[in-house]
Amino acid sequence: MLTVRIIPCLDVDEGYVVKGVKFKNLTVAGDPVELAWKYFQQGADELAFLDVGASVKSRKTMVEVVRKISEKIFIPLTAGGGLRSLEDIRELLLAGADKVALCTAPVENPQLIQKASLAFGAQCIVLSIDAARTNSGWHAFTKGGTKDSGLEAVEWAVQAEALGAGEILLNSIDCDGTRQGYDLELLKAVGQRVKIPVIASGGAGNPEQIYQAIVTGQADAVLLASTLHYDEMTISEIKQYLKSKGVAVR
Amino acid sequence: MIGVIDYGAGNLNSVLKALAWLNLPARLVSSPEDAATVEKLIIPGVGSFGAALSELRKRNLYQTVDLWIKENRPLLGICLGFQLLFQRSEESPEEHGFSIFQGICQKIKASKVPHMGWNKVKFVQPDPLFTGLPLEEYFYFVHSYAVFQTNGSVLGLTDYGNQFVSVIKSGRIYGVQFHPEKSGQAGLQLLQNWGTKC
Repeated sequence: MLTVRIIPCLDVDEGYVVKGVKFKNLTVAGDPVELAWKYFQQGADELAFLDVGASVKSRKTMVEVVRKISEKIFIPLTAGGGLRSLEDIRELLLAGADKVALCTAPVENPQLIQKASLAFGAQCIVLSIDAARTNSGWHAFTKGGTKDSGLEAVEWAVQAEALGAGEILLNSIDCDGTRQGYDLELLKAVGQRVKIPVIASGGAGNPEQIYQAIVTGQADAVLLASTLHYDEMTISEIKQYLKSKGVAVR
Repeated sequence: MIGVIDYGAGNLNSVLKALAWLNLPARLVSSPEDAATVEKLIIPGVGSFGAALSELRKRNLYQTVDLWIKENRPLLGICLGFQLLFQRSEESPEEHGFSIFQGICQKIKASKVPHMGWNKVKFVQPDPLFTGLPLEEYFYFVHSYAVFQTNGSVLGLTDYGNQFVSVIKSGRIYGVQFHPEKSGQAGLQLLQNWGTKC
């Protein structure tokens, strides 16, 4: 039986791991290579790295971070943040990423998903949706959660699957960093409409909330950041809890 | 020296990095001349069945691999490299694989496809490949096609919707449907076993 994946996420800015609340007030949380190694030892099923600096310099640093990590950590690695072209994607894949996460660029140019999927395979194209509730349902936001694209988040996920995305990384801007739990309704709304895996992100504060994301939200994987970086939960504690509730984990 | 077949696609770097971590000498094999310098071959995964075969032909590597298999020299097929050892795939129905094993790669029928993530491999026959591993172990999979029936010597089975073949062997030719280079300690152990014991 396929297990639920626990994916630590490192937001990287100029080579440092940072973490904010609701996408703001970024603080330094550590060195990416050291943290990646720690999570690998704890039993992480995958690792994700998002470049939040989004400057040219920050992305070059990111490529180096991915390269270093892929030389000593042998689990799937997802990298993203500010990727705009097939060349950007190729650079990260060659450096050692197994998948790339795209967020803003495909909103402006949906064909990028299709082109990237054909060039590198659907399995390595993750569409990242930063979603927030608006007066007219959930919308996909771009540019680090600052700009409402006007796209309806659930429909955008459906369209991305049709274009060739291999996974949906679903971040709730409303819940990000709050530790109050995932946006379960959002997860469910997307999960019921796509056949590709959905990764839940934003809001985890305890193992019960993660369990709810899987059981109620129907998530295939969960992405975790601050709660791991500040040692509020360990991956093994989460996995033990899920196992005790009958969820298959590695 | 281990050679990792370079057919343009594939996740060559991950395999090379894992071998480097294990201190197993390895190089890329991009031509028949390269292949003459190695004792063992890995066909890595990722890509489509038909595209991989046409790339192999374009690089004059198809015959090299075919002969290698006929001479029963040490080889490990990973993911798509595993599937290429069978006769055909529904992914590219007009193409023929190396056909060392009878069987067809069929589209997985499950609620979520591809089968992506960590799943259990049950080792159903003892083999040096599994030295130091428990009888059931988790490995990382990413694939949309699988082999459900074969007459080959099946070493490992996995459940996803239906039970499929996850490890197979004939003489010194091995195939694994999962990615050992992305399967943490268990995957590294399996690669080390193949590199030193198989």
